[in-house]
Amino acid sequence: MIGDMSKRRVVITGMGMLSPVGNDVTSSWEAIRAGRSGIGLIDRFDASEYTTRIGGAVKDLDIEPWLSSKEARKLDAFIHYGLIAAQQAVDDSGLEQYSKLDKERVGIAIGSGIGGLEYIEKNVLQMDKAGPRKVSPFFVPASVINMISGNAAIRFGYKGPNIAIVTACTTGTHNIGYAARTIAYGDADVMLAGGSEMATTRSGVAAFSSARALSTRNDEPEKASRPWDRDRDGFVLSDGAGVVVLEELEHARARGATIYGEVIGFGMSDDAHHITAPPADGEGAARSMRNAIRDAGISPDLVGYINAHGTSTQVGDVAEVAAVKSVFGSHAEKLAMSSTKSMTGHLLGAAGAVEAIFSVLAVRDGVLPPTINLDHPDEGCDLDFVAHKSRDADVKVALSNSFGFGGTNGTLIVSRYEG
Amino acid sequence: MSTVEERVKKIVCEQLGVKESEVQNTSSFVEDLGADSLDTVELVMALEEEFETEIPDEEAEKLGTVQDAIDYIVAHT
Repeated sequence: MIGDMSKRRVVITGMGMLSPVGNDVTSSWEAIRAGRSGIGLIDRFDASEYTTRIGGAVKDLDIEPWLSSKEARKLDAFIHYGLIAAQQAVDDSGLEQYSKLDKERVGIAIGSGIGGLEYIEKNVLQMDKAGPRKVSPFFVPASVINMISGNAAIRFGYKGPNIAIVTACTTGTHNIGYAARTIAYGDADVMLAGGSEMATTRSGVAAFSSARALSTRNDEPEKASRPWDRDRDGFVLSDGAGVVVLEELEHARARGATIYGEVIGFGMSDDAHHITAPPADGEGAARSMRNAIRDAGISPDLVGYINAHGTSTQVGDVAEVAAVKSVFGSHAEKLAMSSTKSMTGHLLGAAGAVEAIFSVLAVRDGVLPPTINLDHPDEGCDLDFVAHKSRDADVKVALSNSFGFGGTNGTLIVSRYEG
Repeated sequence: MSTVEERVKKIVCEQLGVKESEVQNTSSFVEDLGADSLDTVELVMALEEEFETEIPDEEAEKLGTVQDAIDYIVAHT
């Protein structure tokens, strides 16, 4: 063997989140454990002419303590959300109190699926009305996707690798997986990683509606996201952000950090099939899971919980079940798989990040989050989906899936940290 | 009806995120009020909108202080 091929271990030492079910990790996790939905009527714009009038918004957020009004005005809402989640994660980690922190060894990988849609809309409408001179000089830095990572670097002074991976609904998962690799490979000792999204804008909701991707259960918003249920009719578009602090194990130990869990595996693949739909057998998803299991170097039957991509669409939900059966064989009947999107809706580029956090908390607390609204499991949907209510279980290893437009798949595996 | 001076100062406060008490007529946008080059471009756009006028780029570049902006608006509207 040439060189040292052993991987450095990567642990999670800080977490931050804004979601439709809470404006921090603690309240969001409490809502998930209680099976509360965060879906309601869209009130960010007048949606009365839309076929879908429901979404998962971040509610009652006071930006003032986190961002100055001058700073906030120059950034799209998806950057507000990302920066707030990043600040929460950094505060939670205690990194800023560590006097020996080498900021050149701290990097950032926070992406978004779509980026600054609201800012783009506003400026394009203004340009159409009043001409090109009325386009804001902040138009580009306020709306392009790497500007959460860019602004966070300035805010915290972190001078290591700075990147924002953009892979639609797999964004959050890919950024965390890539960041873990960056630490394992030795390019950084600490990484902030995750995703953020604020796409419930006029054009965002219109576009996903035109694609017939969204649930139109407007009269029962809290029942609209119902993965694997026979009466599901599409996903619910949601906003929010999730950011984790990933840290090399010895670095975390040296400063006495609280360790929430360990990232032990990351896998990727592509369906090479269709721009938006997966193949019915979930073949690409299965390869992504297999790659993560191989990276973790574990036997598949150690996986006790899967946080599914499970968006509540006709084809996707069934394909993921097929993929899990092909990867786990008879163990598929023993493990639990749930979709927290039944409560949060689909946060697109932030989904993988908030779901990685829920997966870490599941193994830390030994709690399986529920799939709410699963009243009548559809044909072929016969796994243990933890229907309706969360339950205690001694799970030590959890797997989290994300699949995105372009057929791009990502899988993270996290484990309980036991010293 | 507010005076031109009051309206200019209000916009400066909104655009640059500073308190009214910090804004003097002699204040320089860049040196005293923390504006960068992009902030000054947007400040001029906001003044154009408030006073329904157009400030050519070569004139906008000369507006270094609050008083410069007030003088320009008074002379051109």
